[in-house]
Amino acid sequence: MEFLRPATWDEALAAKAEYPTALPIAGGTDVMVEMNFDVHRPSAILDLNRITELTQWSNDGGVVRLGASVPYARIIDELSGPLPGLALAAHTVGSPQIRNRGGVGGNLGAASPAGDSHPALLAAGRDVFVEAASVRGTRLIPIDDFYVGVKRNSLAADELIRAVHIPVADGPQQFSKIGTRNAMVIAVCAFGFALHPKDGTVGTGIGSAAPTPRRAVEAEEYLRGVLAERGLWESGDLLGTEVIQRFGELVKAAASPIDDVRGTADYRRHALAVMARRTLTWTWNDYSKQIRSAA
Amino acid sequence: MRVTFTANGKPVEADDVWEGESLLYVLRERVGLPGSKNACEQGECGSCTVYLDGVPVCSCLVAAGQVQDREVRTVEGLTDENGELGLVQQAFVDAGAVQCGFCTPGLLVQTDALLDQDAQPSDNDIREALSGNLCRCTGYEKIMDAVRLASARKCAGKGASE
Repeated sequence: MEFLRPATWDEALAAKAEYPTALPIAGGTDVMVEMNFDVHRPSAILDLNRITELTQWSNDGGVVRLGASVPYARIIDELSGPLPGLALAAHTVGSPQIRNRGGVGGNLGAASPAGDSHPALLAAGRDVFVEAASVRGTRLIPIDDFYVGVKRNSLAADELIRAVHIPVADGPQQFSKIGTRNAMVIAVCAFGFALHPKDGTVGTGIGSAAPTPRRAVEAEEYLRGVLAERGLWESGDLLGTEVIQRFGELVKAAASPIDDVRGTADYRRHALAVMARRTLTWTWNDYSKQIRSAA
Repeated sequence: MRVTFTANGKPVEADDVWEGESLLYVLRERVGLPGSKNACEQGECGSCTVYLDGVPVCSCLVAAGQVQDREVRTVEGLTDENGELGLVQQAFVDAGAVQCGFCTPGLLVQTDALLDQDAQPSDNDIREALSGNLCRCTGYEKIMDAVRLASARKCAGKGASE
């Protein structure tokens, strides 16, 4: 096994081109578990810790460009304003020690359906992009095209994740996760939800209840229609139990979970409907308050 | 490969390190710092918590090669300048917060980091800060007592020196 320690991003891309099977490591919170338990013996490890720009983020007012290695602890401290859904999700990752090391780049690289970032990224809208780079150039992969299978993403062998581009929140966002305790749990299932009042859409993200993280497309479309037809974006009036119930059912129907050690498929479907109803209620209450206080 | 870094203020060097090896293994088996404990090897238990460049991390999840030229501080480095038990260590002894002792090194480092950030944490803050450190003896109440005691002594010490 080789241990590659590029000092710059260009060196990292050159190393990945030369060793396409090299396993990138940043926070190590997934990679080292596999190494310690001998699950995975890559030909080479590509350490990204020296590339300081991966731990930086910028915000142009409309979009946050989040470096792949910005640790979850800093997302919580520094980005809960512009990225509230992701910050809430980050707060449920592992423990303080894990949040000091792990970042969204690792979640995307591992592409586990249980990764906590994914529901929040999907809910943030269709204009979320993974910035992937190689010696051949840089491309922006839409989040909806990124997850392609269980622990598989659409990166090419010579590509590294540089950053993720996430629109600044223009409405309330929520994240909900089921586990046996508050810390150190892999999600039994999780749900991210966001209101996007500027373009009159809503965003959803389902975690740990399908082969990949996925969007509840019909639930989004249903709610978008209801909010527009009834003028609710303008009035901020109550949604009513029928709408909330229907939304929960559509989210539930979008999942295709399995039975495993963490929970049954039935439980996951049920829990998703509950989380969908709750996150919708919480965000809509917040939105209504904003409308009323602006009036 | 060879890895050189600073451990508790002193330069250390480890040879013949396997590329997939963890910092925890290097500390315990190669540079004579067995204070950090190897319990779960997957970041679940916090027994191997050390400072890496001042930030508490699970040393079992840091690849040895990643610490090249960096600073590590372990539980052994929490003693005072005379080599006596440091404030947090003494509080754990006095509060009886040590049973089998396996989780203690990680709890000491994590508590030290917590009190560095906030010398007077609430009980909720303590529970949150220590949520990644498991005690299989389930001695959590005494551990809470120890952190409160360390906090009180730290605040008293600050008051006295001002």
